[in-house]
Amino acid sequence: MNSSQDFVLADVPLQSRFLLGTAGYPSPQVLHDAIVASGAQVVTLGLRRQLAGGGGDNGFVDIVKASGARLLPNTAGCRSAREAVTLAHMARELLGTHWIKLEVVGDEHTLQPDPWELTEAAGQLVKDGFEVFPYCTDDLVSAQRLVDVGCRILMPWGAPIGSGQGLLNPWALRTLRSRLPHVTLIVDAGIGVPSHAAQAMELGFDAVLLNSAVAHAADPVGMASAFRFAIEAGRRGHLAGLLAAQDMAVASTPVAGRPFEL
Amino acid sequence: MSTTVRATVCIDGATRALHDGCTLAELLSELGHEPQAIAVAVNGEFVPRALRLTHLLHDGDQVVCFKAIVGG
Repeated sequence: MNSSQDFVLADVPLQSRFLLGTAGYPSPQVLHDAIVASGAQVVTLGLRRQLAGGGGDNGFVDIVKASGARLLPNTAGCRSAREAVTLAHMARELLGTHWIKLEVVGDEHTLQPDPWELTEAAGQLVKDGFEVFPYCTDDLVSAQRLVDVGCRILMPWGAPIGSGQGLLNPWALRTLRSRLPHVTLIVDAGIGVPSHAAQAMELGFDAVLLNSAVAHAADPVGMASAFRFAIEAGRRGHLAGLLAAQDMAVASTPVAGRPFEL
Repeated sequence: MSTTVRATVCIDGATRALHDGCTLAELLSELGHEPQAIAVAVNGEFVPRALRLTHLLHDGDQVVCFKAIVGG
C-alpha cells in the first residue's frame, strides 16, 4: 500500500507528500539528484529583480524546470500585500502556473508572516484566479481568516524559516488540524531533521515543505531520501492510529503477577 | 525640439535615453532580453507580456525586470 495515493493537492493527485525547496544546493547536479531522491512532485522557485551585471544562475532553474515536478513559485522578500500580489502575477506569467506560495513577512528577525497583509493579498489573489498556498503562522484565528477569503491550502510554520528547530508548538498545529479538517495543511519552515517531518505527518498534516535541511546537509541527496521515508513513515503511522500517551506505565507482556510468587 | 525621453532602467541602474514613443517591448529588445525569460514592472505595476508592445515609456519611469531563481 502506498499511503500517499490519496493525496490530492489543489485538485491534482500526487504520489508524494514531500514538497521540496530548491535553494542553497552545492551544484545543479546535486539539486537534480536530490529532487529525484526526494520523490517530490512539487518544487518551489523564487523571483528576483534583475541585478546590474548579474550573471546566469549556473543552470539551477533549468534543472528545476526539467525535473518534471510542478512548480510552486513564492513571493519571498515581500513585505506588503501590494508587493506580493504584483510578484504573484509576475510569477504566473513567467512560470506558467497559477499556484503561488504566498509569503508576506512582518518581522525581520523571525521572518514571521504578517497575518493582515497576508490575508489581504490572499483574498485578492484568489479573486484573480490563483491557487494560494499561504505561508502562515500556527495561529488558528488568522488561519481561519485565510480560509474565509478562499484559501484551500494553508502552510503554517513549524518554526522560523531555516531555524531547524522543528515543531515548536505541536499543540497549535494539532489544533489547526482538528479545527480545519477539510483544509489541506502543509507544515512549511523550521523542519531540521527527518523526525520533525515524521512528527508533522503523525499529527495528521497532509504534507511537508522544506528546503534548508536537505540543501545544507553534508549529503543532500541522502537527506532527501531520508526525509522521503520519514514523511511516508509519519503518514503511515497517522493512518494506522497512534498510541495515546499517558502518564503511567502499562505493562505490555501479559504475565500473571511476579514469575516466582504463587 | 528633442524627441527623446529618459527612463531609468533598474537592471543596471543606468538612465537610458529613449526615443519619443518608445515602448516597453522596444526597450527590452534593446537590452537583449528574451521576452519569455523575464517579467516586468513599470513604476511598481506589473505589465503583462501582451501589453509590452503598446506600453509607452515616459520620462522618469522605473522599469524593473524579474527572473526566476531557486527558492524555498
